Amino acid sequence: MSDKLDVRDGLLYTKEHEWASSKAEGLQVGITAYAVDQLGDITLVNIDLKVGDTVAAGKTFGTIESVKTLSDLFSPVSGKVVKINGELETKPELVNEDCYGKGWMIVISPNDAGEKDKLLSPAAYRDLLKSVDH
Amino acid sequence: MTTEGGPLKQTPLYAEHKKLGARLVPFAGWEMPIQYAGIVEEHRAVRTAAGLFDVSHMGELELRGEHAAAVVDYLVTGDAAALDDGKALYTCACNERGTILDDLIVYRIGREAFLVVCNAGNRDKISAHFRRAAEDHCEFEDCSDRTALLALQGPRALEILALAGKDAAACAELKSFHFRDAVVANVRATVARTGYTGEDGVEIFCPSADAPQLFRTLLELGNAKGLAPVGLGARDTLRLEACLALYGNDIDETTNPLEAGLGWIVKMNKPLFIGKEALTRVQQAGTARKFIGFEMTARGIARHGYPLCDAQGKPIGTCTSGGPSPTLAKNIGLGYLPAELAAVGTEFQVDCRGKLIGAVVVKKPFYKRNRGAA
Repeated sequence: MSDKLDVRDGLLYTKEHEWASSKAEGLQVGITAYAVDQLGDITLVNIDLKVGDTVAAGKTFGTIESVKTLSDLFSPVSGKVVKINGELETKPELVNEDCYGKGWMIVISPNDAGEKDKLLSPAAYRDLLKSVDH
Repeated sequence: MTTEGGPLKQTPLYAEHKKLGARLVPFAGWEMPIQYAGIVEEHRAVRTAAGLFDVSHMGELELRGEHAAAVVDYLVTGDAAALDDGKALYTCACNERGTILDDLIVYRIGREAFLVVCNAGNRDKISAHFRRAAEDHCEFEDCSDRTALLALQGPRALEILALAGKDAAACAELKSFHFRDAVVANVRATVARTGYTGEDGVEIFCPSADAPQLFRTLLELGNAKGLAPVGLGARDTLRLEACLALYGNDIDETTNPLEAGLGWIVKMNKPLFIGKEALTRVQQAGTARKFIGFEMTARGIARHGYPLCDAQGKPIGTCTSGGPSPTLAKNIGLGYLPAELAAVGTEFQVDCRGKLIGAVVVKKPFYKRNRGAA
């Protein structure tokens, strides 16, 4: 497993340990290395939305399950789902292996381009991890 | 399960767990390692080589005296009075309603000496229950705080134990559910051929002060044979595959041993034990529900507490344990269904947080080790 304190520059973060990355079609969303470490061996990723559905910031867009536990996935922003990583349906382990890459989950086209400014910067997220992890 | 506040207790191996980089979580009032390298990796180590568990949070009670056998026998459903020296018995203690106070292992140390091992979460309750029954009849001591318990489990467990000295090596001759005192890695211990993983192996009792040395030495000795420290996470997936009931999940004070598939640990021909009358009535009437094993037939994971539903989505039972099975690569579960809907092959649905996912009753256990020639 990768370093649980691996926080990538150039991404934005939520307090619930999701990351968001600006792409041409919208914000690509996944979960952070810290979240992956907390979950352990991931066995199921359920995206409850379809392409075209709308989602509100802070609302769940799916669940992720590991051997031991189940956790909700929260949308960092409000908008419309434009892409879903279908590969996770059969290969949930991609989230363990490459959470910032092949383990991405959805892409959301935000209603308000400014909303993402409320998300945490890499520095702020690193501080958050320092305060929760000891 | 007791969840009262206050500081969490630590086992004598707490510092060892920290050194090994374990993730520690609260469990039944204790700060316990849930995992070291990862649940699946640890699970595989136990199925293919061996794992070492700290289960020092379990409770140990000793009863001694002329009437100790009669007291223990009155409190448990099994035939404790018929045990021989050096023999152990998986059993349970019921209340007058015939429901389960705890599942236990009773060890006969001698004609007038018994050890009872109970679950950590039930220690206060069971300790008080046994203490009350022992009053005026025999001596009682709760030895939990000065006793550590390690479990060495897996196909290579005995081979690894044999590296810990001549006396330890001789423990390979112990039959299942037999035990004896032995020096293991220079520690005076008691070794029992018991476990909670579905694998061969032993459980080792020793004084708390000696536990760190024993734990470290066994890990060193077993390292080349694939021995790994294993946390409570994999302990749960291992016992789930082996269909061993977990108190607080699968059995509790609302379940009786007959419906829980534990009829084999209830000796109805014993003259007297707590719960006998109630269980006799249950036996005569027949159990309305049955403890079953199931596999998910569609994408979904059943968890403790999820409703089990019929084809129309009407709740008919409850999942008591569930999760992915690392060995079978399937999502499995245990739970209760109405007796008439509990036959192997019966299809039903699991309400996974509002989503109905297909499942089918399968034969228990999910996993049975190959006993081979050993």
